[in-house]
Amino acid sequence: MTETTIDRPSAARRSVCAALVSLPAVSLAQLRVEITGVGSQQFPIAIAPFARDGQVPVEIESVVRADLARSGLFRIVDAGATPIAENAAVSLPDWKARGADALAIGSVTRLADGRFDVRYRLLDTIRQGQLDGLSYVSPASDLRLTAHRIADRIYEKLTGERGVFATRIAYVVQTSRNSWELHIADADGANPQSALRSREPIISPSWSPDGSRLAYVSFETGKPVVYVHTVATGARKAVANFRGSNSAPAWSPDGKTLAVTLTREGNSQVFLMNADGGNVRRLTTSSGIDTEPSFSPDGQSIYFTSDRGGGPQVYRMPANGGGAQRVTFNGDYNISPRLSPDGKLLAYVGRRGGQFKVHVLDLASGQETPVTDTVRDESPSFAPNGRMMLYATEVNGRGILASASVDGRVRTRLSGPSGDIREPTWGPFIK
Amino acid sequence: MNIQRFARAVMAGTVFAFVLAGCSSVNLDEQKPAPITDASSGGQSTGAGTDPRAVAPVDAQSARGVDPFNDPNSPLYKKSVFFDFDSFVVKSEFQPVVEAHGKYLASTKNRRIVIEGNTDERGGREYNLALGQKRAEAVKQRLMLLGATDAQIETVSFGKEKPRAMGSNEEAWAQNRRADIVYK
Repeated sequence: MTETTIDRPSAARRSVCAALVSLPAVSLAQLRVEITGVGSQQFPIAIAPFARDGQVPVEIESVVRADLARSGLFRIVDAGATPIAENAAVSLPDWKARGADALAIGSVTRLADGRFDVRYRLLDTIRQGQLDGLSYVSPASDLRLTAHRIADRIYEKLTGERGVFATRIAYVVQTSRNSWELHIADADGANPQSALRSREPIISPSWSPDGSRLAYVSFETGKPVVYVHTVATGARKAVANFRGSNSAPAWSPDGKTLAVTLTREGNSQVFLMNADGGNVRRLTTSSGIDTEPSFSPDGQSIYFTSDRGGGPQVYRMPANGGGAQRVTFNGDYNISPRLSPDGKLLAYVGRRGGQFKVHVLDLASGQETPVTDTVRDESPSFAPNGRMMLYATEVNGRGILASASVDGRVRTRLSGPSGDIREPTWGPFIK
Repeated sequence: MNIQRFARAVMAGTVFAFVLAGCSSVNLDEQKPAPITDASSGGQSTGAGTDPRAVAPVDAQSARGVDPFNDPNSPLYKKSVFFDFDSFVVKSEFQPVVEAHGKYLASTKNRRIVIEGNTDERGGREYNLALGQKRAEAVKQRLMLLGATDAQIETVSFGKEKPRAMGSNEEAWAQNRRADIVYK
């Protein structure tokens, strides 16, 4: 894909060219998106229909609108049905009067070589100026990605933070009693591709920090074994296949170390190993269960689940060994800890009165907030910008994925037409 | 010449005579190397069934024709231990199961088993995997108290990933809170 900055109409400057890794195209059912809740400080923005020259397989403005709405930070102002081309003259005061503080317009043109030129502008209706202008040339297969990148630009221009719409998620779908698949999809659940199929369970996928590999637990040999799988090539290696059970892989921030749960010395304990499976050393030493390790973003600490105090609670210990401190104190069941990218928030699943809900704990203040309206939540993970969370839950007896803003105000459900979906994990920023 | 050397000489002579006899009727090109019989170790022979004093041990409790693991009347028939919610305590009602397999393993050291722990569907997948492991480990410890060895037993867990009973009710959950003894 070629990305070009547009400074003003007709004056284009070449800037970035990003090569994208794509898996063999597999036609899979898309997830359906349903948004609930209202954010408090939403930015009103209008995304006009893009002008089209020729057949365009993706409706760019729809993808952009859905991305921005899902973040909880934007209110989408109705832009009508009339397309507005990227180079059209626009009366900004009129759009201000319609309630939009910003307006995005654009054009999609099919080029002679079959690729598409997508041009967009972001206009400020209050200060009456251009905030951003960009042109992307991409094949039809990358048009959704182009739309996500435009949403990321708008998000960044208006919030000052990086958008996560062009990132990817991984999850597991059980399609029948004896069939599991590991999927990789766009952050909005669209464009799912199957990275692994198995007749035995797959759990606990975990992205490497550079987004090139997934570690996960596969039961394909009749017991849980930890694999590391290179997404672009499909190459995979069993990195933890010891006597007993091997599970719960977590990457260190530098991608060199894996924390895993092994039972080779009895009950489940946390071990560290090199990412290729070498140099295995035990980290925790309790007589009960220690599992679900998760590195802090600075790599200095490991958060994990332990039943050393009776029921399962979240503990923290230095990544190079030492004593563990208990971190969660509300309720008698808190599991699956994950740190926000800035290290300030801890997400976990807490059981309260028989209901399993994702909670977010502010580590500085000790304030704990339940962020979902569902009761069988599992596997929370943070978006790489720390603003949203992805988790699994169950509605009407079926596993679905959901995302929520970290304040719990806006929630989105991603539900597919078939299969139990679970074990989501949000991937890192892609260069 | 002592008795052993005498016996060896007699055996060697026998083998030699046998080889000669064989030569008379077998194409030399197809003749395989003659078997070497070593009589030095207490008169035992590597030849099949040549020792008239051989004693084949028979255990009346594992009579041929009936696999004790598939015989509903055998104490080894039951191979599952069920657990209470969030518990890994082996209840006394499963002591007969544990005792039968523990004693069998103690007396049959070449047998290996895998104990597979399972949980019901409530709670996280990884924590349930660890809980299932704890159940398998609890059964293993009981078997070892009865004389089974660590080398005979691998414990693994399926957590809540492979439920035997489907459904979100106590009846299904009770079926799935389980450790299974699987002979290899």
